[in-house]
Amino acid sequence: MNAVESKVDLSVKIGGLTLRNPIMPASGTFAEGLEKVLDFDRLGACVTKTITRELRTGNPLPRVVERPGSLINAIGIPSKGVAYFLEKTMPHYAGYSTPLVVSISAPTAEGFASLAAELTIPGITAIEANISCPNIEEDGKAFAMRAESTEKVTRELRKATNLPLWVKLTPNTGEMPDVARAAEASGADAVVVANTILSMAIDLKTFRPCLGNVMGGLSGPAVKPIILRQVFQCAKAVDIPVIGCGGISNCDDAVEYLIAGASAVQVGTATFLQPKTMTTIIDDLERFCAHRDIGRVSDLIGGVVIEEADEPDLAWLDPIS
Amino acid sequence: MNHMHPHHFGSQTEASPHHPVVAELTDVLKNEPVNEEYYHLVVRCSPEAAAAQAGQFFQLLCPHSGEAQPFLRRPMSVYGMNPQTRELEFLYKVTGAGTRGLATLRPGDQLDVFGPLGTGFTFDPSWRSIVAVGRGAGLATLAPLARSAKERGIHVTAILSARRPDLLVSVDLFRSFGADVVTVTDSRQTSGPANVERILRSLIAENRCDAFFTCGSSRLMRVQQRLAHEFDLPGQVAMEQQMACGIGLCYCCVRDFNVDGEIVSRRVCWDGPVFDLKEALP
Ligand SMILES: Cc1cc2nc3c(=O)[nH]c(=O)nc-3n(C[C@H](O)[C@H](O)[C@H](O)COP(=O)(O)OP(=O)(O)OC[C@H]3O[C@@H](n4cnc5c(N)ncnc54)[C@H](O)[C@@H]3O)c2cc1C
Ligand SMILES: Cc1cc2nc3c(=O)[nH]c(=O)nc-3n(C[C@H](O)[C@H](O)[C@H](O)COP(=O)(O)O)c2cc1C
Ligand code: FES
Repeated sequence: MNAVESKVDLSVKIGGLTLRNPIMPASGTFAEGLEKVLDFDRLGACVTKTITRELRTGNPLPRVVERPGSLINAIGIPSKGVAYFLEKTMPHYAGYSTPLVVSISAPTAEGFASLAAELTIPGITAIEANISCPNIEEDGKAFAMRAESTEKVTRELRKATNLPLWVKLTPNTGEMPDVARAAEASGADAVVVANTILSMAIDLKTFRPCLGNVMGGLSGPAVKPIILRQVFQCAKAVDIPVIGCGGISNCDDAVEYLIAGASAVQVGTATFLQPKTMTTIIDDLERFCAHRDIGRVSDLIGGVVIEEADEPDLAWLDPIS
Repeated sequence: MNHMHPHHFGSQTEASPHHPVVAELTDVLKNEPVNEEYYHLVVRCSPEAAAAQAGQFFQLLCPHSGEAQPFLRRPMSVYGMNPQTRELEFLYKVTGAGTRGLATLRPGDQLDVFGPLGTGFTFDPSWRSIVAVGRGAGLATLAPLARSAKERGIHVTAILSARRPDLLVSVDLFRSFGADVVTVTDSRQTSGPANVERILRSLIAENRCDAFFTCGSSRLMRVQQRLAHEFDLPGQVAMEQQMACGIGLCYCCVRDFNVDGEIVSRRVCWDGPVFDLKEALP
């Protein structure tokens, strides 16, 4: 690294929390195994696979299928429970100075709150609430599908923990800006936009669905333009930081998200293809800023230039949000 | 007789930190068909990649096959490795988009490999003689055992199974390391479990089976599991499962194992692909 490059300030602020850079893993695509390939102390944060209180086995196999430029997964949330997480998983991260963000899920608002309370302990920096999962109090509809259920679960979470609270939204709702506003109004410190897009694939040899769970979540480069649009919309809708997540494979993708309004980004599927994607992006981001004479990466956030004449006319695209 | 402790496999400490994992571009030296179905691929790589152990695998970023761009990497066992010449070998069956893409590689092309991954076969110093039983693509996985065993002064008897004699691979490789090779095929009606069991029983009777190593057939695995219990012999099996990350992140590659009567789920890429024979479920 040369002297010019090292002048770039890569740090970003997510509420009260300062991250050394805006690059972190997406939940479910990161674990201890990656230690063999990259230094966790270079990341903006570590984000764990979603954990639940109860033991869960996850979905039937096959759990993934590939499609052009994308992956569909129906892993489910295999979870060994809280005790296992505290005893076995957490110690792995104790040796790193990187903030540990724990992703949680529960079938009820009360379940979310009690799990967040139990995880409000030294060593955990922030809670990411994966509210894209089915809410059993609403016929299995995900919390993040609607503003009301998002507000309720976020309010309960806010009461339960004083840790920074990130709420991860689903892209499968037509009301995303409203959902983001609901999260903000009920005390979220940031929203993560977004989880995977509900999708399906069928095997033409057998006429059966490719996934054991029939449907799954789409991720990878193919989803980027859609999620980027949602980040843009959410960033306009709320004042809390938006963390972008969807299809990021390289520095250009990350910069695109930042200028669309994201304060930080998460990298998921790309790590499966190139395990060092995150550290490569961090290096390239520093270079990108140095070349453009951008002193602070945070100056990129929301920098998209939209002339009045460019204001999108969405009438012909109805329905959209 | 030494028994394989279950925790010998799959514990995270076992996946040794002094064996680095690399993602790198390698140079294709050779990529040629060996029969109607299989290709032999040789690449020049870093010393770290060439330090792979028998039973470990790499995740290969397969090129466009002409019709399709494979999205995920494809897992492939190490067929041969030589840290001195920095060569890494794979033996693969052309199956779908990924392996068809691999088959398009020519000397001078580059191939992105990620590995070595997973836990390989392990040896007990007290063993004198082991038996390797493989079928189909499993023969590729077992092949590097021949060299590893020889380096440790352990004799190998290999029972290699295929649909037809022309589809048997690795026979010469096993022989070149001094292994005794028995070939069995469907076309000669010698590959059935009963015949393989008969061969195994006579090897056990002759004290030529201190441990079983197997890959590629759940029928043959079950035969060996029975014999392992009957004669209280240890064994290891290399298993396959569809993979995405290959390094324990995504949980798409899980299989069930029977650990002292309890069913536990393990990641083939991280806890394996080599597992205790007695715990494996078909
Ligand atoms: C640890 C390990 C080692 C392996 N070693 C070898 C080897 O040395 N030689 C060899 O010929 N084959 C080996 N295989 C199988 C090889 O990975 C598959 O044949 C290959 O992935 C097929 O990809 P494809 O795109 O050509 O086929 P497709 O059928 O189009 O693949 C579609 C999807 O299914 C997956 N898939 C298909 N068959 C298998 C399989 N048998 N195991 C796991 N995933 C599969 C693919 O990876 C891909 O994600 C190994 C598998 C594993 C898990
Ligand atoms: C295999 C896999 C497992 C995932 N598991 C989780 C999870 O447990 N919790 C969660 O909030 N998101 C999970 N996700 C979604 C990712 O965190 C991310 O939102 C999504 O993949 C989009 O980002 P990408 O395109 O960079 O992968 C998972 C994604 C994949 C591919
Ligand atoms: S392939 Fe991802 S955990 Fe095994």
